[in-house]
This record gives sequence, C-alpha cells and structure tokens, in this order.
Amino acid sequence: MNEFDLKKMVAQASSWEMIRALGGIGILCSLLIVFTFKVTLPIIEKNKAEYLEKSIFNVLPGATNKVTYKVTDNNDVERTDTNESGVRKVYAGYNDQSELVGIAVEASGQGFQDVIHLIYGYSPEKKAVIGFAVLESKETPGLGDKIQNDPAFLNNFEALDVALTDDASAPKNPIEMAKNGQKHHPWQIEAITGATISSRAVTKILKQSTEEFIPIIEKNLEKFKRNETS
Amino acid sequence: MSGETLWYIFLNAAFINNFVLAYFLGICPFLGVSGKLDTASRMGGAVTFVMLVSSLSAYGIHQLLNAINAPYLQLISFIVVIASTVQLVEMFIKKFSPTLFRALGIFLPLITTNCAILAVALFQTNRGYDLMQCVVFALGAGIGFTIALVIMAGLREELDLSDLSNIVKGTAITIMVAGLLSITFMGFAGLGGH
Amino acid sequence: MNSSESSLSRFDTDAFIKGLWRENPVFVQVLGMCPTLAVSNTARNALAMGLATTFVLIMSSTLVSIFRKFIPKQVRIASFILIIATFVTMVDYFIQTISLDLYRALGAFIALIVVNCIILGRAEAFASKNTIGTSFLDALGMGAGFTFALLCLGAVREIVGIGTVFGISLFGPHYEPWTVMILPGGGFFTLGAWLLFFNWLKEREKKRQAAVLQIEKEAIQ
Repeated sequence: MNEFDLKKMVAQASSWEMIRALGGIGILCSLLIVFTFKVTLPIIEKNKAEYLEKSIFNVLPGATNKVTYKVTDNNDVERTDTNESGVRKVYAGYNDQSELVGIAVEASGQGFQDVIHLIYGYSPEKKAVIGFAVLESKETPGLGDKIQNDPAFLNNFEALDVALTDDASAPKNPIEMAKNGQKHHPWQIEAITGATISSRAVTKILKQSTEEFIPIIEKNLEKFKRNETS
Repeated sequence: MSGETLWYIFLNAAFINNFVLAYFLGICPFLGVSGKLDTASRMGGAVTFVMLVSSLSAYGIHQLLNAINAPYLQLISFIVVIASTVQLVEMFIKKFSPTLFRALGIFLPLITTNCAILAVALFQTNRGYDLMQCVVFALGAGIGFTIALVIMAGLREELDLSDLSNIVKGTAITIMVAGLLSITFMGFAGLGGH
Repeated sequence: MNSSESSLSRFDTDAFIKGLWRENPVFVQVLGMCPTLAVSNTARNALAMGLATTFVLIMSSTLVSIFRKFIPKQVRIASFILIIATFVTMVDYFIQTISLDLYRALGAFIALIVVNCIILGRAEAFASKNTIGTSFLDALGMGAGFTFALLCLGAVREIVGIGTVFGISLFGPHYEPWTVMILPGGGFFTLGAWLLFFNWLKEREKKRQAAVLQIEKEAIQ
C-alpha cells in the first residue's frame, strides 16, 4: 500500500467519524430534550393554569368558579375548554350561587422596560373595571414596578368607569391618565409620581383593551349570565 | 402580533433599550473590538447584517416549528442558523475585503457567540413580532449596537492617550464609561411617543 | 518559593479551587458576562442565573469529556454547541416547573446561557482534553466562581439599589434607594467597581512578590 492510498484511507475514516460524532450527539441531545419536554410539560401547564385562575379570582372579587369563553370573528362568544392559541379569550367568573360576578380579560402592551401583561375584571352590573393585576412586568424595580403593588395606584381600579355609549359600540369616556393629584373623573387613572411612563403604558393597554372587549361583553351578556354548557 | 408601531420598535431597539447599554448583550466584542474607531464601525456593520439574516431565519424557523409542533427545538435551530450565517459572512468578507478580514481577526467567528444576535431571535419570538416588525427590530438592534460600539471606540481612543493608573486601565475603565453611556441613553425613554 | 498556591497541591482539588478565585471567570478572565448582567439586578436573580449556568457548565463539560475521544477536531465546536444548547433547553423547562415567577424575571436570558463564553471556553480549553473527573471538578469550580461573582454583583445592586437582600429589607422602610444601581448603568458601575477591586488585589500581589524576589536577590549577593 503506497502513501497515497494510506492518506485516502485516513481521510475517509475521518468523514465517517465526523458523521458518527455529530449524528450520535444529535440523537442523544434530541432524546434528552424531548424527554425533558414531555416530563415537564404537564407540570408547567398545571402551574400556568393555577396562576391564571388565581389572577382571575383576584380581579373578580367573590368569584369561585371560572369558565373560559373564546371570542369568534363576528364578536360572539362560545364556551371553550381547549387550550387554543391565537384566539381571543375572556374568562367569566361566577360566585357560589352561580351568579355572574364579572368577566376577566387579559391584555398586554409595551411598558417602559419591556412588555407588560395584565389582567382586569369588568363588572357588567357596575359598568366598571373592578379589579386589576399585573401578570408579568419587567418595569424598573422600585419605580415602574409600583404598578404592581402601590396601594394608591391600585385604588384606581376599584371602580374604573367604562360605561358604554348608547349604541354600545365603545366606552363613552375612554380611559385616560391623570397626573398625580389631578384625578377628577371616574374613568381616569391617576399616575404614579416618578413612574409616568409605566402608568401611561397601563392606561394605554387598558384603554385599547376596554374599547375592544367591553362592547363584546355587553353584546353577549345574556349568554354569560346563562352560562349554558351547550 | 404586537401592537407597537414600526417606528417605535426601531427606536426602542436602537436607543431606549439599546442592546449593549441596556441589556448588556454583545459585550465580548464590545470590549475587544471597540479599541479602534474604524474596526468598530465595520464590526457593527457585520453584526447588523448577521442580525438581519438571523432575524428572518428565526421568524421562519418559529413558524415551522409551531407547524410541526416541536417548539423545544427552537434554541438549537436558532444557534445552528446563526453559526451558519456567520460562516457565510466570514467567507464573503474574506473574498471581498481581505484587509477588513485581517482587521477583524478572531472577532468574526466570535460573532457566533455574540449574545446580541441570538437575543434578537429570542426577543422577537417572545414578543410575537410579525415579519415586518422582526426586520425593523433587527435593524434597530444592529444600528444601536453599532452606535454604542462607535461611541465607545471614540472614547477609548481618547482614554488611551490619557494617564491612568494600572488598576483602572483596560477593562475596568471601559466598563465604567459604558455605565455612564448607559445612563445617558436612558434619556431616550419616552421617545417614539405614546 | 511560590506562596500564592494553596497547600492542597493535589491536582484534582486544584481543578476545583482555581475556578473560585485565581482563575475566576468573571473577575479574572472577564468572561461570560454578556447574558447575565442584565438579570443580576437582585441577589435572587443572580443566584438563579449562576446556578442555571453552573448546571449547564457541569453537564456539558462532563458530556464533552466523556465523548472527547469520539469527536473529530473539525466538528468539535458544532458538537459542543449542540450539547450546550440541549442542556440550556432543559434548564429552561426546569425553571418553569420550579417557579413561573422566577422564569418571568429571567425571561429570554435563560436561553442566552447558551452563548455564555465560559461554557464553550471550558469545553474547548479543558473538558475536551481532560479526564471526566477532572473536567467535572473544573466545571464545578468555574461554575462556583461564576455564581459567586454574580452574587457579588446582584447583592450589591439589590442592597444599594432597593435596600433589600433576597427580598429581606435591610434598612427599613425609610431607606432612600440608590435606584441607578438596579438599572443597567448601575450594573456596569458595580461590575467596574468589582473589577477595580480585583485589579487592585492583583497589583498588590504583584508588588509583594516583586518585593520578595528583591529580598531573595539581595540575600544571595
């Protein structure tokens, strides 16, 4: 066997070794990932569901039972149990006497630092937002993150007026922000001093979401109240 | 699909949440390359290009993985695509500008581990940007990265001429200056109008 | 005589100890900061990031070391990255099961562990050339040193910037926090300050060793 053949042999062995190494490692890695995914998926889903339910009951005081509704293209609602993505959802909360407490809606938008995810509760009886909670935020700790805990800020959401116009197409008075100490109307959100941008972000998110969802909720109010399992 | 305007996404990525000065991403090449002004600007250009390509690929991969219901392969796929893109860019630069290739040296393959590029792919996926928003986001991120790099290079060239004690020289002073820059860039908050 | 070595001169333990101090990845090698500075604004986040990175570091270094004889030179970086990305994906899911709150705080930065220069660096420089046991210890040491460095950053930022550590209030409700410290700028400052401190220590050590050498030289003459 001459030198040329020897070199060719070595080169070929190298190719096979490369494929073997990458392929073997690839398969091992895929197995590890898929295994971890399958094992952790149920736990993660459970965690998420528990968290969502806790938030819904938080923004709909008195509710002990939740039913998920999805919003169809023509703005009707249907009960749904599946975890569909890409579809608009609202959550109806009922108390122990199976009476409708209100509807909880998730909403999100850009805050100062990153996206803010929040949830709010609407009471058809009071025609107002009666609960508010921040689900996810990366606002500045100590400043913007006051939107989560500051008692004065949270006071804004005990009865935030979102009564609709006569033709029920939009809130009569869109939610707007007021400077600290200058809140005059029940549809205003008083900003936090030193966290204007985060406060404004929350206002904008709520304004857009209520403009979209309150008319839908009012349109389907009877359906929510009846809560049929058809 | 996120509700932000394209203009806002661009401003956000370039200035308000500048990848280097707000998220600390892309620091390795930042510290290594930012010594000289012209290398810095070219590195920035290369990174912007790779960000753009990776962003488009990441969007495509995300749609594909969702369609075949294998979201757990996301991270690996992103990395593979970025590494391949950098290979291509490297070959491209080597062929068309050997001087730039030599100037960038080791830092070209280091772009693969550049956190900023993977971050573009990850952030845009997390925020649910559509195709146009992804493109604008990548452009903003790349341009912001380049701006930060160029400013640092300019400042460092000045620092090189000044008299610093040994314990401060090098990385320590660069990081301190970066801190000052970071605070300055915070002044952009609110830009793009809400 | 080299007086900076620990008296435990067995190679194996040294593999672990050097990562903690002498070759600390953040303060000495100045590596691995990119994906972690942004989320080390509190002690809890810093600890979580450090531990997650250490997990990936240990698992990948060990796996790379196990397979080192089977991975040809040409595909080694690709293989390393595959392995690292796998463990990062796993850690991502693990954190989601442990605490959704923590997961949200860290966000996309968990996935960014995959581009942490330390992990690839250790795989390339050490794990691919050493036995499994030594590689494991090396990774453990580097990971511990890294977590320690991150904790230094996160703790300082949280204590000065909010007035708490791990959520426990230190100075009472009337503390006026130095908020810039939890912002990115503060992160840079804190890192710079620690680097200054370590540089100062290094300079002092150098001067001391030079003085020792000088004394020995004079003793010989």
